[in-house]
Amino acid sequence: MTAVRLEDVRKSFGANEVLRGIDLAVDDHEVVCLIGASGSGKSTLLRCLNLLEPLEAGRILLGGEEITRRGVDVNAVRRRIGIVFQAYNLFPHMSVLRNVTLAPRDVLGLSRAEAEERARELLARFGLESRRDEYPDRLSGGQQQRVAIVRALAMQPELMLLDEVTSALDPELVAEVLSVIRELAEGGMTMLIATHEMSFARDIANRVCFLDAGLILEEGPPEQIFTRPREPRTQQFLERIIAAGRL
Amino acid sequence: MAREGDRRADPEVARRSRLLEGLRLEGEGARGVAIALLSSLVLAGIIVVAVTQSAGWPEVRRTFFDWGDISSSFPDIARAFVLNVKIFLVCEVFILVLALVIAVLRSLPGPVFFPLRALAVIYTDLARGVPTILVIALLGFGAPALQLTGVPSSRVFWAGVGLILIYSGYVAEVYRAGIESVHPSQEAAARSLGLSRLQALRHVILPQAIRRVIPPLLNDFIGLQKDTALVGTLGVIEAFNQSQIDSNATFTYGAYLAAAALFVAITIPLARLTDWLIARDRRRHQAGGGFA
Amino acid sequence: MSGQTRISLAVAALPVVLLAVVAAGCGSTKPSSSGSTTSASCAKADLNLLSAEKLTVGTDNPAYPPWFGGTPHKPWQVSDPRSGQGYESAVAYAVAKQLGFSKGEVTWTHVPFNNSFAPGPKSFDFDINQVSIAPARAKIIAFSDPYYTINQSIVVNKGTPIASATSKAALKPYELGAQLGTTSYQFIKDKIEPSKTPSVFPTNAGAVQALKNKQIDGLVVDLPTAFYVTSVQVPNSKILGQFPAEPGGEKVAMVFAKGNSLRTCVNKALATLKGNGTLKQLQQQWLAKATGAPILK
Repeated sequence: MTAVRLEDVRKSFGANEVLRGIDLAVDDHEVVCLIGASGSGKSTLLRCLNLLEPLEAGRILLGGEEITRRGVDVNAVRRRIGIVFQAYNLFPHMSVLRNVTLAPRDVLGLSRAEAEERARELLARFGLESRRDEYPDRLSGGQQQRVAIVRALAMQPELMLLDEVTSALDPELVAEVLSVIRELAEGGMTMLIATHEMSFARDIANRVCFLDAGLILEEGPPEQIFTRPREPRTQQFLERIIAAGRL
Repeated sequence: MAREGDRRADPEVARRSRLLEGLRLEGEGARGVAIALLSSLVLAGIIVVAVTQSAGWPEVRRTFFDWGDISSSFPDIARAFVLNVKIFLVCEVFILVLALVIAVLRSLPGPVFFPLRALAVIYTDLARGVPTILVIALLGFGAPALQLTGVPSSRVFWAGVGLILIYSGYVAEVYRAGIESVHPSQEAAARSLGLSRLQALRHVILPQAIRRVIPPLLNDFIGLQKDTALVGTLGVIEAFNQSQIDSNATFTYGAYLAAAALFVAITIPLARLTDWLIARDRRRHQAGGGFA
Repeated sequence: MSGQTRISLAVAALPVVLLAVVAAGCGSTKPSSSGSTTSASCAKADLNLLSAEKLTVGTDNPAYPPWFGGTPHKPWQVSDPRSGQGYESAVAYAVAKQLGFSKGEVTWTHVPFNNSFAPGPKSFDFDINQVSIAPARAKIIAFSDPYYTINQSIVVNKGTPIASATSKAALKPYELGAQLGTTSYQFIKDKIEPSKTPSVFPTNAGAVQALKNKQIDGLVVDLPTAFYVTSVQVPNSKILGQFPAEPGGEKVAMVFAKGNSLRTCVNKALATLKGNGTLKQLQQQWLAKATGAPILK
């Protein structure tokens, strides 16, 4: 079953065409990693998927239903997709618990008790239960990012989008976030992950897509992309990554 | 050279120099305080002498600073001041609400909401452009003059309405500044969770926005406290009007000082309370996250 | 020791300064302006004037009948002090004539009521504006001898409950109003003692509008002004009555800067005008109507 499909998706910012015809299909329980240079369109792709950006052309289908048609209930779509950003974006005026329970209570209509139970379960699963009454500014970057992931999970989405979620973290905090993502993948969550963490991508991805100048230049299983890329530009990109010691 | 080096190496000498250095710094500090104090007192002395020896001083003292005037007019003015307090307490509540509505209307995006946005802009332009005293005179005398049934004729009521309408324009802009200062990533995060625009405003943006603009909100509140005196132009006796009455009876201005003292007396605790609220809330001031 | 500490110390010194200023005032004995009151000559050339050869008279704007009359010309409104019509205008010109000034040598200047007693040099030689003599006021400025005795009166809308009141006591339950700066307000407070807080208006216009709007039930003004209010300003109003003059009555006089020697000469002129019947004649001419209202006890 296809969880999400993008058909010929195009997106421009002013005169700058960032996505130039993306075709991508992600199956249920599949983990797809997007790699590519900055400016290649990874973040934009994810933001378009979440309807944060309108498309110039193309369609996006979620579970077979077109979510880019006119008149769609945008909020309803967003309930089904979880997204986590590079900058965590926790709500600073709320405790961790409240950050996680806000949307389940106000959007899904859960009672306070139900929402808190769900939140505490998730927080405990990722080792954050003791922090539930703290405010975000008291947490480390890694902890905040894990809370951000939990916050998205609390909505029980069909699909999780992760946009460079470890890029803003100090290296020693990256591992704890990656382990959370790994756990989610092993649990069967459908995920589309934009990342620079190549070893990690190699490890957990079912499929890797290389984005270059707004197009998916190459895609395939991780061993194939990382060891036997077909396109020369993919090769160049990977060489630069290896030279930077990130693979 | 070698001898100095030896001296410094001696631990006892080193300890003594550290002590001396500590004392020297303290001496500098103490001397600085003494100089500042002395120069302030000298300046104060100069001002006092210059003022009290000037040709017009006796007249000014008799008209402005007569303690008898000030103390005898105080009870009436304090009683009249109760009306000022009532007015600004009631009006402020309505202002905070109406201004928020206007600010939110102004922030609605998209072409479908253009009429509402335009309305909000026109409202804030007019409310801030028209002199408050004009609006109060127009409403206080004009509205009852229409003699429509059901329209209240109370001048305090209409002055209150005037103050609410005008100040909502100013406060709406303060709210707007607060709303726009919240990083757009906060709204993006809220919307991504499926919250509607209104829910995002209510739970995520406004709580942060309002905390950021507490000082300018207080500013406008203090301004409102002073503008309650405008109800006196309609003939109602409030603190300033009462002080004018006393002043005109005696041809002195001590009564004005008494009224001023009352206005200042409520401003200061309010300002300190606000400082305390802001300090207490400071922990949550910064958005948690890499680039917010 | 930081600059900040110095600043805060300097600021802390400010209240000390203010207190010292108030305290140091005690015992200061130097007199203000040096205008002596012993000058004997009231010859025109010897008078203490703002500008030589000219008499500058102050009054408020708008200038209302029956105190002033004539068609107003800019900047004056309602009436024109320069016309010589109206009681106060006529008295001013009569006094000026006694002092030796022709009509053309008299200039009028706008002095809002509050400015007439503000400290500092005056913008007028004397101010004539229905200012009542009061001992407290006499400490701040100098009054001439009185040129008129006024009664307070009350204006009401015809056909309203208050319009059937026949005594001072009957006025107690109503909302009354007066203009700021007039002794009318004091009269309300001291002699009528109403149960509802009265209103005090900064302008005549406001007071009149409030009466028209029935936002006040009755407006207390001096009797001559009441005639103007009922005949011109508030249609369908009437003078309910006048209040008998207190022993001695409320007297109006001209305002001078304290110690201004011109006052002596003006008093001499007033004495002459009283003696030869001019003052009475002017009162007959301009204020005759202002005697016809019923007396409210």
